[in-house]
Amino acid sequence: MDPTVLARIQFAANISFHILFPTITIALGWALVFFKLRYRATKDLKWMDVYHFWVKIFALSFALGVVSGITMSFQFGTNWPGFMERVGNVAGPLLAYEVLTAFFLEAVFLGIMLFGFRKVPGWLHTLATVLVASATTLSAFWIIVLNSWMHTPTGFEIRDGVVHAKDWLAIIFNPSMPYRLTHMLLASGLTTAFLIAGLSAYRWLRDDRSPAVMSALRFGVVVAAILIPLQILAGDMHGLNTLEHQPQKVAAMEGNWETGPNKPLLLFAWPDEATRSNRFEIGVPNGASLILKHDAEGVVPGLNDFRGQHPPVAPVFFAFRIMVGIGMLMLVVSWAAAWWLWRRGEPHPWLARVLVGMTFSGWLATLAGWYVTEIGRQPWLVAGVLRTSDAVSAVPAGMIGATLAAYLVTYVLLLAAYVATLFLLARKGAKPQTIETGPTPHPNAFVAAE
Amino acid sequence: MFDNPAVWLPVAFAALMGLSILIYVILDGYDLGVGILIPIARPEERDRMIASIGPFWDANETWLVLSVGLLLVAFPVAHGIILSTLYLPVAVMLIALIMRGVAFEFRAKAEPAWKATWDRIFFAGSLITALAQGYMLGLYVMGLDRSLATVGFGAITAVCVAAGYTLMGATWLIIKTDGDLQRRAVRRARVALVVTMVGFAVISIVTPLVSPRIFGRWFSVPEILILSPLPLVAFALAAAVWVVLSNQPHGQDRFAWVPFAGSAGIFTLAFLGLAYSFYPFIVPDRLTIYAAASAPESLMIILVGALVVVPVIVAYSALSYWVFRGKATDLRYD
Repeated sequence: MDPTVLARIQFAANISFHILFPTITIALGWALVFFKLRYRATKDLKWMDVYHFWVKIFALSFALGVVSGITMSFQFGTNWPGFMERVGNVAGPLLAYEVLTAFFLEAVFLGIMLFGFRKVPGWLHTLATVLVASATTLSAFWIIVLNSWMHTPTGFEIRDGVVHAKDWLAIIFNPSMPYRLTHMLLASGLTTAFLIAGLSAYRWLRDDRSPAVMSALRFGVVVAAILIPLQILAGDMHGLNTLEHQPQKVAAMEGNWETGPNKPLLLFAWPDEATRSNRFEIGVPNGASLILKHDAEGVVPGLNDFRGQHPPVAPVFFAFRIMVGIGMLMLVVSWAAAWWLWRRGEPHPWLARVLVGMTFSGWLATLAGWYVTEIGRQPWLVAGVLRTSDAVSAVPAGMIGATLAAYLVTYVLLLAAYVATLFLLARKGAKPQTIETGPTPHPNAFVAAE
Repeated sequence: MFDNPAVWLPVAFAALMGLSILIYVILDGYDLGVGILIPIARPEERDRMIASIGPFWDANETWLVLSVGLLLVAFPVAHGIILSTLYLPVAVMLIALIMRGVAFEFRAKAEPAWKATWDRIFFAGSLITALAQGYMLGLYVMGLDRSLATVGFGAITAVCVAAGYTLMGATWLIIKTDGDLQRRAVRRARVALVVTMVGFAVISIVTPLVSPRIFGRWFSVPEILILSPLPLVAFALAAAVWVVLSNQPHGQDRFAWVPFAGSAGIFTLAFLGLAYSFYPFIVPDRLTIYAAASAPESLMIILVGALVVVPVIVAYSALSYWVFRGKATDLRYD
């Protein structure tokens, strides 16, 4: 197999595995801050129950994020040596600032947050929680800045084939950064909201209906119901931004081959690059023109204008439909659940089951969305500046393949263990007083289990 | 020299990266060492061992990210050459690091029946990480060539680094634990000290023999006069640690910190010796730090940030060590 393809699959596997966990911890950190502040305001112990349950899941998710992130820092060099050689003058400082301002902050204060509850004053523990949440968000900021710059590079010049930074403000606030950052932070919020709602619904279905569980359930459902319309709006604006800067990506997302007006919104199709046409089209007339140009006559760019310069169509086309489909499902489910909880105070068992089924829906939508934007950037690694095939390392394909297999086995096992542990914690959470957690019994079982 | 940033910036970044690697080796050294020592503890004692490193390991590994990050951003060409050459051991180390990192969390949260399995994974992950790092060090010293001899040398450095980490872990446990566990930590520290120092001696003898350039750097006047104190002080420190270990565990924990500090000192001296031997090369005998460095304007941006942020990092890391001072048994997991 082609080493470039293998290197891409390996990097994609690692980054896909990695992003699952920051997607949870970015927003869950702020949720923990909210639970702590609710407790400090109301003195209602149920909020500390909620906090202590979710801080365990935060710790587990954070650990997985850290160790898979270490892998990333090495693979820049092992898989894409050309990336740093050519654009290192821009990428380097951004990555360095992420490590310096975010990684140490979150790692050190996580220790105090997890283990210092009874060792430090209450205000310091709350401050540690706020700092951890801030640092995860800051880390998202830096990496999204770099990623956005790879899509819409500005503020640089090329001397002797190497990129040199000219204007750091233009690099940081590159055209797609605000949209991508907003889209990703909302994605994190939705992923966490559905995770909290799903696990709480799972506990509710198992007759664990304490005030803490009900509060967490309401929190997850309400946050999801508030964020999803915002996300649809932000996604639309992000799409329009992409249309301006990377029209070939939007053409692939829409499965549109010929530039022209009155383009339909394809609900389903089978894009075929061999014949450069779609099979089995089902579409809404004028839909794509209306969405992208807010006008039925609007001209939508087509892939044939970018022959040899556009991304593979089918993966972008389908990933986009998966992301949007899950988004619509999130809208229906969160609003139905919010309405039901508001009217009845309790979920309907069927509603609870749907919420359990949606526990990890945010992961799927986030991954699908990243595939749209990253595969949509191909054949470029840095749009217009560096081709992916020019950055790949000279490591033999066989070695990449062997390590890829090892990584994949590791990731599948860890993902299974992670999901199983989350549901195990949810079952344990039901009866904290009776669980044997170790040799040092403690009145709060979750405490000793940390 | 200081009027030309293209000259002093690479030196500054080599120093910064060296400092970061040294801090990583000492800090993650002790928590990897605690992982390697897991089998000496009874299952109920393992919680205390893990508790002694629980609040710190995450930040410790961040120094690895910073080290590799600095290599990546300051010397991108070297990052590419070194890590592509060490592709396989890097992958082995990364998977081992992943497994031990998650074992921390899973051992406490998964089904009790799985706890022993996660403990074994924690042990294996820690040991394999240490061996892989030592092996990479050996190949690096041998100029990143792969032959039967260099792989053999890599095997020696692998054992030496694993023993060194075990020493750091055992001396950390002497500070952080008491009773029976502390007594066993003292015994392991002695064994690890001997193995580390033998390895240290072997590496010091073999290195100049295989590299004429290093031979020249070590055994010419006046270099030898500047250099000879390094091994002498290192072995004096080892002797001091040995003497203190013979009196441990001490009831009141007098001098319990000395073996840890002495071991960290030995690591520092060994590191200085290595840095001296290879300067100004970043890829041995092939690429200097000047040839490999990024553009000065980008390095300057990072340097300014690092000079502001690193003291803050040191300050809040110190706060964390102060918060979690004392014996690990005092730790409450909440």
